[in-house]
Amino acid sequence: MQDIFIISDNILSPIGSTTAENFEQLKKKVSGIKKYNNTLLSDAPFSASLFSENINFIKNSRQSYTRFEQLLIASIEEALNKSNVNAANKKTVLIISTTKGNISLLEAEAITPDLEKRISLSASAKLIAEYFGFINKPVIISNACVSGIVAILTGMRLIQSGQYENAVVAGADVISKFVLSGFQAFQATSAEPCKPFDVNRNGITLGEGAATVVISSKPKRSQNIKVLAGAVSNDANHISAPSRTGEELSYAITKTLNDAHLSAKDIDFISAHGTATIYNDEMEAKAITLANLQDTPANSLKGYYGHTLGAAGLIESIISIHSLKENIVIPTLGFEEIGVTNSINICTDLLRGNFKNCLKTASGFGGCNAAVVFGK
Amino acid sequence: MFAKKFITAYCRISNDSIYKNGNVLFENKGVEVQTFLLSAYKHFDINYSRFYKMDNLSKLGWLASEMLLKDNFQKEKYKPEEIGIILSNANASLDTDEKYFAGIKDIPSPSLFVYTLPNIVTGEICIRNNFKGEDAFFVSDKFDSDFIKNYVAGLMDRNILQACICGWVELLREEYKVVLFLIEKSKTDNAISFSKENMNKIFDNQNEEM
Repeated sequence: MQDIFIISDNILSPIGSTTAENFEQLKKKVSGIKKYNNTLLSDAPFSASLFSENINFIKNSRQSYTRFEQLLIASIEEALNKSNVNAANKKTVLIISTTKGNISLLEAEAITPDLEKRISLSASAKLIAEYFGFINKPVIISNACVSGIVAILTGMRLIQSGQYENAVVAGADVISKFVLSGFQAFQATSAEPCKPFDVNRNGITLGEGAATVVISSKPKRSQNIKVLAGAVSNDANHISAPSRTGEELSYAITKTLNDAHLSAKDIDFISAHGTATIYNDEMEAKAITLANLQDTPANSLKGYYGHTLGAAGLIESIISIHSLKENIVIPTLGFEEIGVTNSINICTDLLRGNFKNCLKTASGFGGCNAAVVFGK
Repeated sequence: MFAKKFITAYCRISNDSIYKNGNVLFENKGVEVQTFLLSAYKHFDINYSRFYKMDNLSKLGWLASEMLLKDNFQKEKYKPEEIGIILSNANASLDTDEKYFAGIKDIPSPSLFVYTLPNIVTGEICIRNNFKGEDAFFVSDKFDSDFIKNYVAGLMDRNILQACICGWVELLREEYKVVLFLIEKSKTDNAISFSKENMNKIFDNQNEEM
């Protein structure tokens, strides 16, 4: 299979507006998570990683973009500017990943057909494509919490099929009352900052963010990290609870390794989903063990960013890619004592080494699982 | 050379009617979508209590998958991981999003919230049939047969999948349309070639006896 290179990336989060800024913050264990008393979002106090309310992500625009669209535009702009990729090239495609997009518009306006059109993801994608001058119709993925990884894999496949040479893969989600109330109703949120894989973990912390990777069949530099392979699976078990055995995520991991012609011992570290819900982390530890990766250093970045939904797979992939470049694995903020049945190797301190390949995983509602391997 | 791929069955539900492979299976004209879906479920005497928990988008997509797979699909030919589902629509889960949001002033409903993702319909079909292969949910303003055909063909050519349900499942209040295609590599009776032209014909119901 044709090699696919990561030629540029951006993370736009409450702790930084470039990947470099974000990576530096993570090395210093700086988290974006704060406690909020904001009754517009929630009657009860909550923890989350949020942008400040009045921040303007794009300047001097004649068009009125929603917060969701502004996040995507700002992230794509920085990543595109650093790449040599031309949005208007007919061999370039834009891929957008999100779970809830513009859903917060429901909170501000009465429901009319015009509002429904404005909420539709195609409307956002069209505006963003026009902003940058993409000529191909954007591809939009909305596949719960695996969206970001599926978007990267979609980009990889569209390039490998020969249809495109470059894919600009961007994801974002904003935290609105809609999203927060839902996870609270599900009793899935933690009042305190989340504690992935910890014995005292009791739920997720939500977060806002956007991220972009530009991938291409043509490397810009010899040291560009590659997307080696990836796979997606479904639990076929429950729409809101993960698999009891972890077999299906394990299947996606094993298939990914096979496709990349790697074995478990070739993986230097794992960027897990690690949402800090009881069941997700338990399932993930089982899957990692089934895939013979229980001794491989693993982290979850949810303690820094919270769960950024449609952006999570992208943000965490980009941090993994930079971990490979800098030969540094970021510790798992919030983790103290292992609290999953299958004891996996959770990374608690900054780990230095000579790293070649890393695995990124995610799972989500609807029973979906996804895995991707990045390598030098 | 890649193996040929075929549309071995297809199902469309729209305008208060269910069609399979071009033939009408069920009609219940002039009723609300909720009533229509329940009447179809009862008509086919399906005993599956999860149906009552589903939102309308999932009921619609799930019912179409039941019709698509009944009688002809030999699941045992494949491993669970070899069967995947690639779906698309225009409004994601907006129908249930609006219902969920209308309720949050009182008590937010966790059972509605879980359906505020379009790929839950995929999960429902997977649970029913023990399909564990690759899935993805794409959003586009209208059915993009070219994209879906190329994406699914790519997954099958690389042997990521051996069988795939793909298509369009859209529902917003009383407006709905689902068209699902079953794609396999072996030619069965009445199978037609897996092409965007054939998908478009079926989508626009140019092949049905009206």
